[in-house]
Amino acid sequence: MNGVHDLGGTDGLGPVPVEEEEPVFHAEWEKAAFGMFSMPFRAGFFGVDQFRFGIEQMHPAIYLLSPYYEHWAHTVEHFGVEKGVLDPADIEERTRYYLENPDAPLPQRSDPDLLAFVDGVVKAGASAARESDKKAAYAVGDRVRVLGSSPLGHTRRARYIRGRTGEIVLAHGTFIYPDSAGNGGGDAPEHVYTVRFTNSELWGEETAEPNGFVYFDVWEPYIVPAAGTEGSAA
Amino acid sequence: MSTTPTRPPTVRQPTVRTQEEIAARVKALEAIMIEKGIMTTEAVDRLAEIYENEVGPQLGAAVVAKAWTDPDFRERLLRDGTATCRELGIGGLQGEDMVVVENTDTVHNVIVCTLCSCYPWPVLGLPPNWYKGPQYRSRIVREPRKVLREDFGLDLPESVEVRVWDSSSEMRYWVLPLRPAGTEGMDEQALAALVTRDSMIGTGVVPAP
Repeated sequence: MNGVHDLGGTDGLGPVPVEEEEPVFHAEWEKAAFGMFSMPFRAGFFGVDQFRFGIEQMHPAIYLLSPYYEHWAHTVEHFGVEKGVLDPADIEERTRYYLENPDAPLPQRSDPDLLAFVDGVVKAGASAARESDKKAAYAVGDRVRVLGSSPLGHTRRARYIRGRTGEIVLAHGTFIYPDSAGNGGGDAPEHVYTVRFTNSELWGEETAEPNGFVYFDVWEPYIVPAAGTEGSAA
Repeated sequence: MSTTPTRPPTVRQPTVRTQEEIAARVKALEAIMIEKGIMTTEAVDRLAEIYENEVGPQLGAAVVAKAWTDPDFRERLLRDGTATCRELGIGGLQGEDMVVVENTDTVHNVIVCTLCSCYPWPVLGLPPNWYKGPQYRSRIVREPRKVLREDFGLDLPESVEVRVWDSSSEMRYWVLPLRPAGTEGMDEQALAALVTRDSMIGTGVVPAP
């Protein structure tokens, strides 16, 4: 989708708000919201690609103006409701209650397995690499062009690289394809490559900064051979 | 007959919530998920504690210091960031597949995630708010020299090539910064203490002691 989250190259957002001695969490609610990726993930709410797509469906104005971890709470609510685990009326009722009684305690429950999961997943992670028999169609050194079309749904094919031509500089193997998994499909693994674009290819000679490159990772379906290269059908 | 268009449940009128409203809503979600067996407050606290006290830029700094003092380690790190960090027991969530890019006298690297907030947690911890915010994400790919100069006080000469790594896939990039002059006699531990978070993002350099 052509969403506001796709920020690369957007002008007019102003200086970077750097905070000195920034704490890891700015409020207690941020800790709870931070727990709302890994724990609902374990409960089958979403994979990381769907999690991102839920955030991308926030209203653009709210996306830009809300604190970061509210994005996480939004996507958890989105998928929790969609899966029938969370009831919207219940959420509203309890929100009103906690707004009037901010110090009211949370329900207490102990779950040693969940505690062990938290420590385990932090250490082990959850790689998106997936085995596949697919042969890589491209190799380091190939010049490729990114498809220019605007897909609906979740994609990592950012607008600022669409239609642009660059050179493959790294080949990473096969990974979950976000354009499938993020839209409720299967892992559908595809080869991932890093493509190097010159600044002038991305922004034009007039405004591009000198002597610079942007490196962007693409899944194989995002690219075609660059025009004029051997075997190009584009 | 007129029909009222139905609004998808996730889209709401653009009204920004206050901190109090967000806190109440998150608490409501947490309460329900505790009752449903999905979350616990002890797991929330443990997860927060890990990233407040255990996993942070001090881990990346240890890797950098070792790379500066051990050429074989440096070579392995640049070839396979994930496996080489594992040698030091460093790795895991949001760093399952890491690529370390090296700054030199003629190349300066900087990382971003223009589409969301991807960041190498096992070596840098959780990202600062500015890294996740729209200003940095929009501008660093379009005007990196200007952002580094005006927002981070890092003025790079035009002769230095600037490479911006947009973390659009699950590969997690981070920067092996230049070892500053005047550190020749220092051991790994002393070197690690010099390495800043921003030098591993690429929005800073390691200052000379």
